[in-house]
Amino acid sequence: MSAALLDIDHVSKRFVKRPSLGERIAGLLGAGRKTEIVRAVSDVSLTVRKGEVVGLVGESGCGKSTLGRIIAGIYAPSDGKVLFGNAPVAKEQGRRTEKLTTQVQMVHQDPFASLNPRMRIGDTVAEGPVTHNIVKARDADAYVADMLGRVGLDPSYRRRFPHQFSGGQRQRIAIARALAMKPDLLVLDEPVASLDVSIQAQVLNLFMDLRQDLDLTAIFISHDLGVVRHVSDRVAIMYLGRIVELAPTAELYAAPNHPYTKALFESVPRVGVGRKDFRPIAGEIPSPLHPPNGCHFHPRCPLAGPRCKREAPALSAIGPGRASACHLNGGGTD
Amino acid sequence: MSDAILRVNNLQTQFQTRNGVLKAVDGVSFEVGRGRILGLVGESGSGKSVTGYSILGLIEAPGEVAGGEVLLKGQDLTRLKGEAMRRVRGAQIAMVFQDPMMTLNPVLKIGTQMIAAVRAHDKVSRKVAWGRARDALAKVGIPSPEERLDAYPHQLSGGMRQRVAIAIALLHSPAVIIADEPTTALDVSIQGQILAEVRRLADETGTAFVWVTHDLAVVSSLADDICVMYAGRVVETGAAADVIASPRHPYTAGLLASVPAEHEPGERLPQVPGSTPSLADLPPGCAFAPRCFKAGPACTTTPPVQTFADGRSALCHYPIEPVSCQPLSSTSTTYRSAS
Amino acid sequence: MSAPVETRWGRLANFWTDFRQNPVAVAALIVIVSVILMAIFAPLVAPQDPYNQKTLDLFDARLPPGEIGSGGYVHWLGTDAAGRDLFSAILYGLRTSLIIGMLAGTFALVLGATVGLIAAYYGGRTEALIMRVIDLQLSLPAILLALVLVAMLGQGLPQLVAALVAAQYAYFARTTHGAASAERGKDYIEAALSTPLPARRVLFRHLLPNALPPLLVVATVQVANSIALEATLSFLGLGLPLTKPSLGSLISNGFQFLLSGRYWISIYPGIALMLTVVAINLVGDQVRHVLNPRRSR
Repeated sequence: MSAALLDIDHVSKRFVKRPSLGERIAGLLGAGRKTEIVRAVSDVSLTVRKGEVVGLVGESGCGKSTLGRIIAGIYAPSDGKVLFGNAPVAKEQGRRTEKLTTQVQMVHQDPFASLNPRMRIGDTVAEGPVTHNIVKARDADAYVADMLGRVGLDPSYRRRFPHQFSGGQRQRIAIARALAMKPDLLVLDEPVASLDVSIQAQVLNLFMDLRQDLDLTAIFISHDLGVVRHVSDRVAIMYLGRIVELAPTAELYAAPNHPYTKALFESVPRVGVGRKDFRPIAGEIPSPLHPPNGCHFHPRCPLAGPRCKREAPALSAIGPGRASACHLNGGGTD
Repeated sequence: MSDAILRVNNLQTQFQTRNGVLKAVDGVSFEVGRGRILGLVGESGSGKSVTGYSILGLIEAPGEVAGGEVLLKGQDLTRLKGEAMRRVRGAQIAMVFQDPMMTLNPVLKIGTQMIAAVRAHDKVSRKVAWGRARDALAKVGIPSPEERLDAYPHQLSGGMRQRVAIAIALLHSPAVIIADEPTTALDVSIQGQILAEVRRLADETGTAFVWVTHDLAVVSSLADDICVMYAGRVVETGAAADVIASPRHPYTAGLLASVPAEHEPGERLPQVPGSTPSLADLPPGCAFAPRCFKAGPACTTTPPVQTFADGRSALCHYPIEPVSCQPLSSTSTTYRSAS
Repeated sequence: MSAPVETRWGRLANFWTDFRQNPVAVAALIVIVSVILMAIFAPLVAPQDPYNQKTLDLFDARLPPGEIGSGGYVHWLGTDAAGRDLFSAILYGLRTSLIIGMLAGTFALVLGATVGLIAAYYGGRTEALIMRVIDLQLSLPAILLALVLVAMLGQGLPQLVAALVAAQYAYFARTTHGAASAERGKDYIEAALSTPLPARRVLFRHLLPNALPPLLVVATVQVANSIALEATLSFLGLGLPLTKPSLGSLISNGFQFLLSGRYWISIYPGIALMLTVVAINLVGDQVRHVLNPRRSR
């Protein structure tokens, strides 16, 4: 593997929800809401090498989608830096985020929402590359046909509207739109989560083919442990805004280290094991508005000790290429 | 299985549309016994949810149940109208929706709603009703149920709301609960908790569940029996473990084979070609034939229901021969070469 | 895997299939189309040019409906104090009213949509400022605003249209803002921003076309409102000069005779105004019903 393509350096993202005018007036009377801060991502560091696929896994509120959007330049980080080939992906411009590169592209979860319903799909695929002079306007038609062919769609479909396609076909269009920008890094946010099982396999196969043909680097975000295992080289498990474990896929699935990872693997239903006794993780996922002190997982962790309440464990190396954020790996929980 | 509590016979549900009549449910039959969980599996457009709604008489115009029977302890629910159906619904048969807010009223406290739900069918005092509501919450594993009764739905997490919805369904100890994708919107760890509770409830209370889902893994680890639907028809039925271990219908086989967790990482997944057909435009005969690796000349005619020795059946001209003691992925080889 | 082939015409046909489910709306549509056709072809349909002083004869003044005047034809709706055939006057009045209504509606739509889009797209302070101004304006009666503006700008067609636009663009702005804010949060906008595409492109190629359907409904209703508003202004004597009367000035013109039994001079223009406004509103309602995305198809 070659050098780092993407460097995520101590990145945090806070969303501040200020009370509206009415709520502020209510606040003066002692009733309204206070300013709420959601710590969606806190202090995450990760490097991605060229040609690698890194899976981001976690449950709702874990910050995987926010991290994906920071990488894709949709949000700028509140703290820390995201460097793509040594240049930032996006910068904060007043209240707005300005994306600085075209080399990172994103594929959204819901192909019914991610395509402009009133634009022909050919125009949807062409407008980015034409705007950025990746292709000349007069060659756009052939370029679009080539892109659609690449994702397994009939190029003659390019004059149709999104509502004329099925979910799987739309996701192919969304992938074609991203590929048309000739990206070096693709961020896929739950790309198969809203597809039927039989269509999921088609899209995953397409992704693996494209990866091979184009030497893609990708961040693959999913809640589905099976899907992530299938396509990723490395996997980062996230919980409430932090990466709790990071490891090469095979090693992680063979021997998870962090108690959360273990518990997560336990509670996933699997095909073919028959009626099983679930040993689900106890308790609810805390709100990212009020994460627990210390290790975020301690209220649900069967192995938690007093130290876990006081002190957040750092993500530290536990082997070559492996890291885990648990006090059990260093110093114990007392 | 003659002791079935709920028996659905040749159910037909149709929708009148601009482009003609859509047969969303076309001759569906299955049965569920006491304390058993039936997984009703299918992809979008398979008619699995419409089947659930039809059983409860919740189909609204332009749709209608056009034929067949829904026998709940021998009583045909499709013949019940208005008030008579309302008396059965909630008391003897109940529904849990994917979105618990379909059941819960956002502006009323959980307790208020549950007391109303109890008193809708049983003339008991508010105090008694409150007690039953608390017990129901405790039964689905909600910690400190008294406090939850005093909460509004928005104060609970998604998983907790779904538990409340299940508790409401359980209030009158119904014989059957129809659950429509109840854990699909939830996180894995919360889904695991709910599946565990439901399994326990079915075993302990004898309530039968029809668990409508697209997720084979959920069905595989939860259900006793499986009923696979495709394009409005049941294509395969049988004991869950048997069907998963050795599917007889090519569609079931294709679905099972395409689950990534059953393959080596990075391996090309066997895929079912094509996409789910539109109900408005179904191929003649077997609706799955255009995507099927086993399709033959007979498939342009309506396939027969083939029944097999172990109580299983498949709607297919050319069912897959049973495999014994072979790993799952063996069924997938055919698809691999086909794709 | 063939996607269902559906063209724009197909969608239009579907729209029509849905629209005609409501017979009242179809009747209203027929009324509107007839009114528009009659207004366009007024010179051909009307027996008299009511603005041509030469054709007017004071002997014909205040003839009741059905009488034959000096022109030798039947005044089906009677005549006014100047001897104008009311049927002809109404046709010509409709012309003026419709032109004003549509002009004002179109300009208000363009202005309001732009303002609303900008507010929704940029958010933050820009949005807060624009929307507070809009709210403020919406809290004032439109008629009051229009009155003040006409009083300031003076009489005449452009002034009147300007006053109507200023009084009404806020409705468009609020609707556009609402629709565009909802669209703003959708993934396809995020996808466009993360490509990245320039702001102007996102605004006009992505946000606007998708915020348009609710706007068209408001537009139909606002055309009707403009017509009614203009009639009110004219009735109060602040509309167009008397040489080019609209429906409002016709009503006002006959008002003084209303109590002396010569009801027709005011009532018939009034009925024409009411029919037009009600018909536009009915059609607008049905369009809103058909376009409602939550309605199952």
